[in-house]
Amino acid sequence: MAIEVRIPTILRTYTGGAKSVEGSGDTLADLIADVDSRHTGLQERLVDASGLRRFVNVYLNDEDVRFIGGLEAPVKDGDTVTVLPAVAGGAR
Amino acid sequence: MLTLSGALRAAIIAHARADHPDEACGVIAGPAGSDRPERFIPMTNAERSPTFYRFDSMEQFKVWQEMDDRDEEPVVIYHSHTATEAYPSRTDISYASEPGAHYVLVSTRDPDEVEFRSFRILDGVVTEEEVRTASSDGAPE
Repeated sequence: MAIEVRIPTILRTYTGGAKSVEGSGDTLADLIADVDSRHTGLQERLVDASGLRRFVNVYLNDEDVRFIGGLEAPVKDGDTVTVLPAVAGGAR
Repeated sequence: MLTLSGALRAAIIAHARADHPDEACGVIAGPAGSDRPERFIPMTNAERSPTFYRFDSMEQFKVWQEMDDRDEEPVVIYHSHTATEAYPSRTDISYASEPGAHYVLVSTRDPDEVEFRSFRILDGVVTEEEVRTASSDGAPE
């Protein structure tokens, strides 16, 4: 068993077009680092120096990880992590 | 070119007018690969702001999962500008994250005049496209 990471269209250039990839780790940060070791560049698109990038939404199963510890959120085999770019913008 | 029904065009404008002076936002889903906007999904602007919009993250999750389950994709992503023209701002361009979508902008700055325009936003490049209003069977209205 592993952790499934679902990748949005705009980031599939890092996964050879795959809609989902698998990884492992004890926390979301570990998982992202593990996935990045095979899909280089993905981590940079998800995380910056201060943590998860502001306009990237990451969900653990059906919860927004921002409400359950962010990068420190514990993950386990069988979980599904979904990445969705925030839909945002505005006049300014 | 974006082709959509007159009813969907009217629904977007009605949502933008209703939420004015805040920005309104939403999606029109359609069958994956079809480029046909069919299912109107008004979204909550989590920012409730006259100058910014952001889909509520949990609502977005539910809607995106639902589209996935129905083999749909976001064909149109729309939002309104409430005091400026219906043209993508620098913010709109930097956050545009659905390369396949038509980005529709509506301006509600004039209560009587409708500005309804559509754009492709790809790698930071904005290309305006023609908007054609057609009935659901494809015939011009």
